[in-house]
Amino acid sequence: MRPTYYIARHVMGNPVRGTALVANEGFSARYDLDRIRGIFSRPEHKLAGQSYSDRILVLDTAKGGVASAWMLYEMASRNMVPLALVFNSVNPIMAQGAAHAGLPMLAGFDCDITGELVNGDELEVDPPGRVLRVIRRE
Amino acid sequence: MLAGELGPVRKLALEHQIKVGDFFGAVDFVRVTQAHIMADTESLGEAGVAWLEMLASLPSKERRVRIPTITDPRGTDFEKSAELKQAPWMVELERRAIAAFVKLGVLMTDTCINYQTVLPATRGEHVAFGDTGVVIYSNSICGARSNFEGGPSALSAGLSGRTPRYGFHLDGARRATLAIRIDWVPRSLDEWGALGGVVGKLAGNYWAVPVIEGLEAAPGSDALKHFGAAMASFGSVALFHIVGVTPEAARFEDVADRGLPLHRVGEADVRKLCASYRQDDGVDVVVFSAPQLSLMELAHLAELCEGKRFVVPLLAVTSPQVKPDAQRMGFIERIESAGGSVLAGMCFYQSYAREMAEANGWKRLATNSAKLVNILGGYGYRPMLASMEACVDAAQTGKLA
Repeated sequence: MRPTYYIARHVMGNPVRGTALVANEGFSARYDLDRIRGIFSRPEHKLAGQSYSDRILVLDTAKGGVASAWMLYEMASRNMVPLALVFNSVNPIMAQGAAHAGLPMLAGFDCDITGELVNGDELEVDPPGRVLRVIRRE
Repeated sequence: MLAGELGPVRKLALEHQIKVGDFFGAVDFVRVTQAHIMADTESLGEAGVAWLEMLASLPSKERRVRIPTITDPRGTDFEKSAELKQAPWMVELERRAIAAFVKLGVLMTDTCINYQTVLPATRGEHVAFGDTGVVIYSNSICGARSNFEGGPSALSAGLSGRTPRYGFHLDGARRATLAIRIDWVPRSLDEWGALGGVVGKLAGNYWAVPVIEGLEAAPGSDALKHFGAAMASFGSVALFHIVGVTPEAARFEDVADRGLPLHRVGEADVRKLCASYRQDDGVDVVVFSAPQLSLMELAHLAELCEGKRFVVPLLAVTSPQVKPDAQRMGFIERIESAGGSVLAGMCFYQSYAREMAEANGWKRLATNSAKLVNILGGYGYRPMLASMEACVDAAQTGKLA
């Protein structure tokens, strides 16, 4: 029986519910996305071609440059942004970007969170409670 | 500041910093002496520029930064935007962003090589630098202390004069977490970059700190610039040590405990990474950028351009501080006489790279920057990594040998 919740060490933002988009893969808004179309565009990325808009992104780690700190805000201004970000580990840029854009974010679990969830799982991201809840598994 | 007695801009800055500091468990702030802001308008977009203009519209004494605060490359070289086929709206957005930054008291240095051209941070100096290449060089080669500070956070640090004390401001985070034994010394900048990329991939995340053995002779600043920039790009790494070279690692024991995971890296690993980008031999454009070129790199490029005539565009990007010297010494004339173009104050990938590709019909791009090849795949390019010599030859023939 798989757990129905996971505790996060690093939290930010307000609670939100949504559908998971999952990959054991890094993430950078500059390197990986076509932000105009709202899809992953780097051909080698495991989510290449998939839309991230209004999904809860569950990924391994933040990577790459500092641009994501501005880009998340710009994406949010056009409502072409993930609902929330969930990472195994995160760098400061993603935290700074989430803070600036007002995006909920969780990071730092006792397991590989990308191995616990699959695309389509219904999740609740609850930063004040420091918890990621699985509402319905795919 | 938090109570708003110094105005809403500083209050906003401090609130942002507290959110980030709380996320990483910072217990207090550390005063910083410089800030460096990455804020090209491709990243900012209309929303980000409007946000800066909102800050800039407030009273002067409330909005101006309180420590020296400088900028990373812009999204254009205004003298060359038509040549790049950038749209008028891109240039106008740049002008608006610059006007807002000037009102905030920011110094428009427009460079990602400030450690070579403006004011290098010194050992133990706490700073708030953006641009991952700037941070990794300042932390590793200069011994300064900075996290990756994205634009909003670097500007906040400029406004508050401090930053949350977490990550690489703390002694504990600067200890090595993996050891790299290198048995081969790169000869050219593309090889240094590729080696940095290999190490970055092995390290894999921001909190990993590689300690490197096997490089007994000190590489030059340009080699370490490409090495660090690629490591940061491929691995999100912000600090490395080279035993006997970087200031905190006179001995292995100074930065690491015995028994760290050990990885051996050699020429085959570097060749494999380079080969993974060699998908074609045709070239649509040659770009030298990311990081901006130093005076020495431009001097070398000028030599290579002697007697050549290019059939595909060759773009060389440098900083506004270097360009006047390169002009005075005749390097720019020699490069442009061959058909190349020297741009200043921008960086290729921060300048609407996707739109430039579509407007100019560029897809197959040759460069000696490992960082650039790592980034441009997401922008629809087929980037190829080669030496500066091979790239210049490709500009002459249209084919990468």
